[in-house]
Amino acid sequence: MIWNETIECADRQTLTEIQSNRFATMIERMYYNVPFYRKELQKIGLEPGDITSIGQLKDLPFTTKQDLRDNYPFGLFTVPQSEIVRLHASSGTTGKPTVVGYTRKDIDMWSEVVARSLTMAGVTKNDIIQVAYGYGLFTGGMGLHYGAEKIGASVIPISGGNTKKQLQLMVDFGSTALACTPSYAAFLGESIEKEGISPKDIKLKAGIFGAEPWTEEMRVQIEKLLGIKAYDIYGLSEVIGPGVSMECEYQCGSHVFEDHFIPEIINPETLEVLPYGELGELVFTTVTKEAMPLLRYRTRDLTRLHIDQCACGRTLVRMDKCLGRSDDMLIIRGVNVFPSQVEAVLLDMSETTPHYQLIVTRENNLDALEIRVEVDDQFWSDEIKVLEGLKKRISHNIASTLGLSAKIKLVEPGNIERSEGKAKRVIDNRHIQ
Amino acid sequence: MIIKQLSVFLEDKTGRLTEITRILAENDINISAFTVAEASDYGILRLIVGRPELALQVLKENGFSVNTTDVIGMIVPHEPGGLHQALKILSMNNVSIDYMYAFALENSASVVFRPSVIEKAIEVLQKNKMELLRTSQIYQL
Repeated sequence: MIWNETIECADRQTLTEIQSNRFATMIERMYYNVPFYRKELQKIGLEPGDITSIGQLKDLPFTTKQDLRDNYPFGLFTVPQSEIVRLHASSGTTGKPTVVGYTRKDIDMWSEVVARSLTMAGVTKNDIIQVAYGYGLFTGGMGLHYGAEKIGASVIPISGGNTKKQLQLMVDFGSTALACTPSYAAFLGESIEKEGISPKDIKLKAGIFGAEPWTEEMRVQIEKLLGIKAYDIYGLSEVIGPGVSMECEYQCGSHVFEDHFIPEIINPETLEVLPYGELGELVFTTVTKEAMPLLRYRTRDLTRLHIDQCACGRTLVRMDKCLGRSDDMLIIRGVNVFPSQVEAVLLDMSETTPHYQLIVTRENNLDALEIRVEVDDQFWSDEIKVLEGLKKRISHNIASTLGLSAKIKLVEPGNIERSEGKAKRVIDNRHIQ
Repeated sequence: MIIKQLSVFLEDKTGRLTEITRILAENDINISAFTVAEASDYGILRLIVGRPELALQVLKENGFSVNTTDVIGMIVPHEPGGLHQALKILSMNNVSIDYMYAFALENSASVVFRPSVIEKAIEVLQKNKMELLRTSQIYQL
């Protein structure tokens, strides 16, 4: 099943025309409404009328997460606040979150791309979908919710957590589709037996999982545990949220909804655009978003794009599963974590030095973060109660900054591996890639 | 009267204690008394040695997190109620004890402890004729 065949199976020329028209309009809106973009475009001597084709995209400036922070909170909005109907935000590195706004039309567009995504996973109005993504500032819950309502499925807006209740309603309501993070899906799967539920009573047939990286091994495991076919949904709040791209039943990469989001792959060092099939950093330009359009936004996700025809009939470009990051960001339990945030916390505390290491593991399918902090003579105390108190305070400050609990382990000075004089800050033992 | 105790941070890793005893042995430093305090994933080794300054230096050179803490050593009559008598004096004078460990010394028993207020502890114990270990005594054990 294809939700919007006209677009999803359009020939390249038709798609390029749609993109070019929308692109020109968007550049105009950006230029006249956002001082940041106007300045950037003026720097390269460009005026709105100069843009006529999507082919000109490669000559335009990039936007980064730092630009979003610099314009916090509403500096990149192209519409007055009265037109904004929704605000979402993701956790920030310096205490300030990344804010995204939506007009009513943006919400409609978002619902449309999520409807297309759910249709790819075989979800129809006859399905009961359990949305176990978090509802709130995070885009996962509301994003899936609106898309599912658009196709007419029955939505259970249960949000994340409360595993016992998730499973009870899954059985009692007869949920046929599940949307959540892949790690939570695996956790739910493993809890079935523990809760004394017979796998026969689980009616699920499809799972729509995203917001964190996962492996093919995890897919096999989740599919077996829940008796479903598991699909990967990709998105990031800056671009729209979940529904930027989605896997079809052939699972050979995620189809990017190119009539709204134009993908490019660049070399993160030279910034030049790379041809299809080459590995590089994924960049998105939104061409229909009203509230906060983005021009060549650098996602920092590393992947490849493929343009050859997919067996499902869709002509949309496909992107591989992300193979890592061009920066040092980690995604732990769906939360974006930069090692620099941990460093900032330790620097803020007068008793600690910023010698630390993050150890990320996956235990029972849930990510666990351990932060090793070197004991330094500066704060080294002879008394256990003082050291325990310090551990508690580090743990508390980390939790309030990252929005994620971490186990703090005090280690001896010099214990943290240093390579070429530079500390090795992150050990990721999850083997996601 | 004030004894310099070495406190060493011990990571929860096999062989750390052995490493310390090796370093001390190689530098001909004798251990008079010690205790290990154990927390969830690390420990603190507290020890009294002859030549504490040298021990501090060599342990630091070998990458250990180590510092010195002032403690008191006291000879306790080796009979029922011996320790009780000493502790009563301290509690009556509002001096609390952060930690304490004991060792035997020929016919008497000795305790090493870290009081909340070290000067006051010495003063009240001496006033009550409790026998405190002199620095020279304990370092030479």
